[in-house]
Amino acid sequence: MARVALRNVTKIYPGGFQAIKGIDFEVGDGQFCVLVGPSGCGKSTLLRMVAGLETITGGDIDIGGRIVNQVEPADRDIAMVFQNYALYPHMSVYNNMAYGLRNRGMGEAEIKTRVEEAARILELGAMLQRKPGQLSGGQRQRVAMGRAIVRQPKVFLFDEPLSNLDAKLRIAMRVEIRKLQRRLKTTSIYVTHDQLEAMTLADMLVVMNSGQVEQIGNPLDIYQKPATTFVASFIGAPPMNLLPIRSDGIKAQLPGATDGGILGIRPEDFVVSNDAGKGVAFDLTVEAIERVGAETFIYGAREREAQAVTATPGELPSGEVIVRIPGAEAPGIGQRIRAVAPRDRLHLFSADGRKRIDL
Amino acid sequence: MVEHRRFGNLLPHVILLIGVAIVAFPVYLAVIASTHDNAVIANGQMPLYPGSHALETYWNTLVSGTGKTTRQPVGTMMLNSLIMALGIAGGKIAISIISAYAIVFFSFPFRMTAFWTIFITLMLPVEVRIFPTYKITSDLHLLDSYAGLILPLIASATATLLFRQFFMTVPKELVEASKIDGAGPIRFFWDTLLPLSVTNIAALFVILFIYGWNQYLWPLLITTRDDMQTIVIGIKKIIDVKDALTEWQVAMATAVLAMLPPVAVVVLMQRLFVKGLIETEK
Repeated sequence: MARVALRNVTKIYPGGFQAIKGIDFEVGDGQFCVLVGPSGCGKSTLLRMVAGLETITGGDIDIGGRIVNQVEPADRDIAMVFQNYALYPHMSVYNNMAYGLRNRGMGEAEIKTRVEEAARILELGAMLQRKPGQLSGGQRQRVAMGRAIVRQPKVFLFDEPLSNLDAKLRIAMRVEIRKLQRRLKTTSIYVTHDQLEAMTLADMLVVMNSGQVEQIGNPLDIYQKPATTFVASFIGAPPMNLLPIRSDGIKAQLPGATDGGILGIRPEDFVVSNDAGKGVAFDLTVEAIERVGAETFIYGAREREAQAVTATPGELPSGEVIVRIPGAEAPGIGQRIRAVAPRDRLHLFSADGRKRIDL
Repeated sequence: MVEHRRFGNLLPHVILLIGVAIVAFPVYLAVIASTHDNAVIANGQMPLYPGSHALETYWNTLVSGTGKTTRQPVGTMMLNSLIMALGIAGGKIAISIISAYAIVFFSFPFRMTAFWTIFITLMLPVEVRIFPTYKITSDLHLLDSYAGLILPLIASATATLLFRQFFMTVPKELVEASKIDGAGPIRFFWDTLLPLSVTNIAALFVILFIYGWNQYLWPLLITTRDDMQTIVIGIKKIIDVKDALTEWQVAMATAVLAMLPPVAVVVLMQRLFVKGLIETEK
């Protein structure tokens, strides 16, 4: 168990491409830190730098009070779970888990105790003599976890470990990973591009974009108070509605808002109602409806002039507003509705989207 | 649906049997000829049934050698051939697997140059570079030795290429997992890469063993002593006699014996061989 600290870490590839542009954060002892961001944002690179699989161009990585910049991966006291599991195909499950321990010169008796303990935790007891090829995806995933556990490392590193599983198994394994980490209390760093995974697993969430940290914090805090429009649109599904404040209806309803800012409203903060009350109201034409059972998403179009801001991940077509309403009751397509968002649920950002303005 | 193909299957089988007969008949003839007395073969009317001299002929050929034309028993020749073929196959595999390992898993200056240099040697088989190779071998006093038979033939671009292609399909995460598990480059090679390559090695071994066993020109050049002769050269010498009747029964027995080791290798390694050529799962 240990703390992991990154101090002004940078990575520049030989071609001159700057993958990591100065990252600072610290993962506390026993914390579960999730790095999340779109593909290509450098999150995997950062994790591999912590693991020692990528060199560090600048800055320091500190694991348990020791600067490990020049330390070999094997001597960093870490264990890593890979996306494709990277199990040794020719070794039995037992040997897959025992291999790292044998290389460290541990006695067979101790290895046996540890592997059996890990197998018990992960319910792999019946499969110890099988080869990875004879296991299902979920079982291979557990073996990969087991290989990490038996080492009893200071830090677990997870590189999108659930991406290769089907949706149902992914949710089950997500819960298992969280339980396991709580139980072992091992500091963990977990990379994913799935914001749902990130929200549910993290004690500490690090949102990354193009080699930089956009926001660090508790997942709910980030959800409720995104620091930039990037975070606002990346965290949460469907994404937050981002609308430019110009000399149109919005500005009139928002006393104190400056020209050129960006207004953010989460789809679930809307209420379909005729009473504007103390909030911002939009008149929308219903264009599409998605019913998922417990809730319904309405895709509505505003008047032509009022275009939404395309946020970096750009999931929202401009001019469209998503409204979430509970239940399956929904207005018909083509109908005009009025969606109202209460004032205390609004998010306001500077025009470039890089700064949050408190209302 | 019930298949009514009882006679539909007959035709393909007939065609296959004819093919087998065409291929197998000369071999059968060689076996038959080796069991008859030389006089029977020499008068041009060799029967198609086995003769009565099998044991005698094979004993003479293999162990004692015949007094007239073959001064050495074929047993010695077979041993020479076996050592040469095993040496070539083993040497080629050992050298090419470590070359491929270096080329694929390590980055060093002129890595691609090294790879292309190896690749270009595909255009330089022994037959092309035979004089310089002979000169070097002779300068090193390797004539009439096993080392001389084996060493000049063991560099192999083909095998290096094959291992390279296989190594490139090994996921890089496996290397990284090994690194984290505390296995250095040599450990990774022994513990992971070599076991994964077993089927490829087996397939290559079959091909290279036969290549080595069938070598003719090189052994012909560098062996002068009779006790260093390989069996392929032996056959030639048995047939090619002056002022005497060729001992056809001995020649045929030698030919049959020469076929056996390659056949044994193919039969024994068939399953691994096929797996090595078609296996895709890593």
